[in-house]
Formats: sequence, C-alpha cells, structure tokens
Amino acid sequence: MTATTDTGIHIAGLSKRYGEGDTAVDALKDVNMSVAPGEVIGLVGPSGSGKTTLLKCLGAVIEPTRGQMTLGGEVIYDQGWKIPDLRTLRRDRIGFVFQAPYLIPFLDVTDNVALLPMLAGHPNGESRARALELLQALDVAHRSRAQVSELSGGEQQRVSIARALANRPPVILADEPTAPLDSQRALAVMRILNQMARQYQTAIIVVTHDEKIIPTFKRIYHIRDGRTVEEAGEGREIE
Amino acid sequence: MISLAGRDILHSWGKFVLTGFGLGLLIGVTLTMAGVYRGMVDDAKVLLTNSGADLWVVQKDTQGPYAESSSIKDDVYRQIRGLSGVAQAANVTYLTMQVRNASRGGREERTMVVGFEPGLPGEPGYLVAGRRLVRSHYEAIADVGTGARLGDRLTIRRHEYEVVGLTRRMVSSGGDPMVFIPLKDAQEAQFLKDNDAVIADRARTAANPALNRPGVPGLLEAINASQSSNRNVNAVLVRVADGIAAESVARDIRRWKHLEAFTRAQMEDILIAKLIATAAKQIGMFLAILVVVSAAIVAFIIYTMTLGKIREIAVLKLIGTRNRTIASMILQQAMGLGLIGFVVGKIATTLWAPAFPKFVLLEPADAISGFMIVMVVCALASTLAIRAALKVDPAEAIGG
Repeated sequence: MTATTDTGIHIAGLSKRYGEGDTAVDALKDVNMSVAPGEVIGLVGPSGSGKTTLLKCLGAVIEPTRGQMTLGGEVIYDQGWKIPDLRTLRRDRIGFVFQAPYLIPFLDVTDNVALLPMLAGHPNGESRARALELLQALDVAHRSRAQVSELSGGEQQRVSIARALANRPPVILADEPTAPLDSQRALAVMRILNQMARQYQTAIIVVTHDEKIIPTFKRIYHIRDGRTVEEAGEGREIE
Repeated sequence: MISLAGRDILHSWGKFVLTGFGLGLLIGVTLTMAGVYRGMVDDAKVLLTNSGADLWVVQKDTQGPYAESSSIKDDVYRQIRGLSGVAQAANVTYLTMQVRNASRGGREERTMVVGFEPGLPGEPGYLVAGRRLVRSHYEAIADVGTGARLGDRLTIRRHEYEVVGLTRRMVSSGGDPMVFIPLKDAQEAQFLKDNDAVIADRARTAANPALNRPGVPGLLEAINASQSSNRNVNAVLVRVADGIAAESVARDIRRWKHLEAFTRAQMEDILIAKLIATAAKQIGMFLAILVVVSAAIVAFIIYTMTLGKIREIAVLKLIGTRNRTIASMILQQAMGLGLIGFVVGKIATTLWAPAFPKFVLLEPADAISGFMIVMVVCALASTLAIRAALKVDPAEAIGG
C-alpha cells in the first residue's frame, strides 16, 4: 500500500456498485476528490445522484468496489483492500455532523462531546476538559451541564459539531447540517464550520442542496449519476 | 468511561421505576407463592412439633390421623403405655369442622377441633393468654387464628364451650386454626347425633328382631347405649423414654399390637411428601408460569426500549462504539430493571404476607435464590434486545 505524505482526504477512481449482473447499479463511477486540511468544500447534487453513497464510503461505513482513499496520509481503501479496523478509524479520524444533531438524549452536553475521547480510551477528566474547550470555542460552554432536551436547535447543532471535533479528526463529514435551519442560523453554522476548519486544521466536506449556503463554498463538487465535477465556488464571506 | 446504562436509567428514571414497580408486583406474587409453599411445609412441621409426640399410633393400614381417617379404641393407649420404652401415651381426636363463635355474632370459622387429655401429649405447647383446661367439660383453648378471644363462647355440635386460653401457630396441615377441647367432649362431638336421629335409630334397632329378641331382657337397652356413645379415638400419641429409639418402640407396636406406628420422620414424610405434594406441584406450576411471564415482560420492555433508541444506537456505532459496549448497556438496563423489580417485589411481599389467611413463610434463602433467578431471567430476556441492537447498521445514521 502506498502511503502519501499529504494530509487531508483524497479519493481517486472511487466506484461503488450495488448488486450483480443485470440488476447491478453503479452508484459511484470513478469519483475523484481532494480536500486539504482547513478547507471546507461543498458536495452538491440532486436526490439519487450518489451523495449519500459517497458520504458512506468517505465515512468508512460501506466499502467502495474500486478506487483509493487516503485520510491524513494513511491509505484506507486501495482497489478492494481496506484497513482492518474501520470502527476505530471512524472513532478516531472521522467526525460526523448530521442533518439532525442526533445527540445522545441521556447524556448531558459535556458528556455528549466527551463520549468520543472516552470511547478512545482517554481518562474521563481529560475527555471532559477537551469537551469544555470545544464547547467554549463553539460558544455553548454555558450550557455544558444542560440536558440535550433543554437546548435550542442551533445549540444542539453546535454541540454536535463539538462532538465531531472531539477526537481532533483530520476530516469531518457534514450531512446536510443546515437543512432544518433558517437562513441566519444556517449561515451561522457555516461560519462555525469554517472557523473550526481553520482552527483545528480539519478538512470538512458538507453535503448539501441548501441554496442558502452554497455561495459560501470556495470549491464545490457537483455529483450527478455517480460522477463528480469540481468547480470553483463563490466563497462568499459570511457576516 | 461513563456508564451509558446508568445515565439512561437516570435520564428516564420515571419510566424505569414505574416499569420496575409493575415487574416488582409480579416478582412479589412469585415470592409470595414460594412463601405459601414454605408456610405449608412449616405448618406441617409445627403441627408435629406442637403435638409433643415421638410416635403416632393409628389404625392398621392407614396413614392417619392427618392424611387419612383412623379410628382405634380408646383403651388401646393402656396397652401401649405398658410397652417397654414408652414414657407417655395419650388419646387424641381430630375433627375438622365449622365452629360457630356465639360471642362474635355467630361468625363461623373453619377449624380443626382437637380432643386431648390435659398434661399429656396432644396438649397445646404454650399459651399466649388465659389458662389451661381445668374442668372436664365445656372449656376450650383456641388458636388466635380463629379470631376468638378469652371468654368467647364457641358452639361445637350441640354444646357451647368457653374459651379459657389462647394459643398461637397451632394449625392443621391444611392451615386451619385449632380449637382444643377435653377428649371426652371431642369423642362425643365426633359421633353426636341430633335427637330426631337418635329416636329414629332406636326405633330401627327395636324393629330388628335380631337385636330385640323376646326373652332376652336388657339386650335392646344395651345395644341402644352402645350406639349412642363413642369409644373411639383417632390416634394415640406416644412419648418415648429418654435414650430409647422411637423406631424400636414403633416396631414393637406394629408387631404386637396390630396397629400402625409412625415416627416423627415418617409422619413428616406423610405430611410433606404426600399430603401437600399436589398443592406443592400446583404452586410449582404457578412459579414456573410466573417466571416465564416475568421473562416475557422484561424481554418485551427492554426490546421496546431498545427499538426506541435505534437512531442513537446507529449514531453510537457510527462514532465507533464497540458492540460490546452497546450490549453491555442493554444488559445493565435489564439487570437494573430486575433489581428495581426485586426490591419492590420483596417489600411488597413483606407488607402483604401477614394479610394472607394462611401462614406465608418468607425465607431469606428463597429471597437470595429469587434474586439470582430474577437476574438470570433479566439477562436472558435482554438477549432479544441485544440481538436487535447489534443488527443496527451504523449507516442508518447517515442520509436517512
């Protein structure tokens, strides 16, 4: 396996086929993508275009049929080969932000964020300290002892971003993180993602078809029928 | 690492406590059923202990006087008393019947009426109030379970008896409280007929030419007299002399007196292994069904609770939580539910056991066994939910 010295996330010739024979469906066809540390890119496409499949491949939830993926310089997939422990990879090296925050309702805000470092074997005290630092950075430290149900939608989304950052992953995958939010809140989330990407040198891939936030990306990958096309975005500053 | 199960229980403690309360009542019923069985065994043992006998002498080929009816003549005890190794022998009668308490508005109580001779085996071992019998007739000692108080008047057949003493835990093998009366009265009560029946019997005897022969003066009167008196008892209770083996005396009685004699161990076997065997099996069936029902309830509750957390479980798996951690969370919740249920069940059983009409004996060993069984049942019941949780695909957290 060839390990690259480059950081961020890179995929080359990634394909995913579901089924076999006449019923086979090619959900992804030779997809190429590169996201550098500190960069936030958009992945845009209509329903059924292959966005979710690509996200699942990037998130090490499903395996591609062909192609190569490197993450933080380490080869994850290479033409049918994969690293043996995808669960640990997801825990330590990939952050997830979902359309709904999907926080664990029976944990308070701090422990929702601290859970990831704890799962990775860090002591509780250290994990909570790291969680508080992130909550501080995301301006929700004042709700650190609150239950999830006591938070507003925007606060919950910020906590979910903090959780995604908890293990300092080289990449964060955000699956339509602004879909349920109004323009102002959606832009606020994008501002936070950009700020976090810069602060923690994390590559962030935002899957979206939210017209409100598309102008904020400097680079956009359009996906249609399983193929991606890269284009420059407006990179509009968020006030 | 924090306890995910503990946090979930604390987060929705109301649901857990209410569910645990419901489960606890079921566990309480299970523990009570075990207590009822233990109570039956204990009643049988207490019955034997309180009789103060080492041997029970009964009619040949019967297992009386508690498990089968037995009738022997009331002079047999003299022959037994003459045997080597016998310290005391006394006649007793046992008759289960409805006794009316004239002092309590005629309230009827199902009791075992015991006829005994004061100072001899068969007499109640201790009193909790009043005194022992000092008159030959119409005095009674009642178990407090009859509801009688000192001075109450009990109607047994045609006669009234004054309660002069109260005793406790004197019950039959069926759990009926006992009333002790003088032997002669008890013998009469067993065979006493009403006046119309006596007149009819006398007319029937007089009409029988074999019993009313001309030229045999006094024959009819003698027959009538024998028909209206009872010289039978149900058993002779024997206390053997110190240092003498009860079995050796029993062997002599069986061989030379043509009677049946049971030692304490044999009588226990009759009462526990034979008399209450069917009831014990019945309770055993109830216990088995209750365990299965409890398991089904725990399985259903934990399964439903797990299905309600499918999205959270998918997220947990996506962010790298081990299957072991998720399985452990569900297992701990099931065990937690079992623990709450057991505590509620134990408290409920302790509170309601005294209200049962029959003695419910709650043994600590049964509680420990019950706790173990509850935990094992809960662990087994959680496997369905664990299976469902482990099948959850982490991909479910992405995309929808």
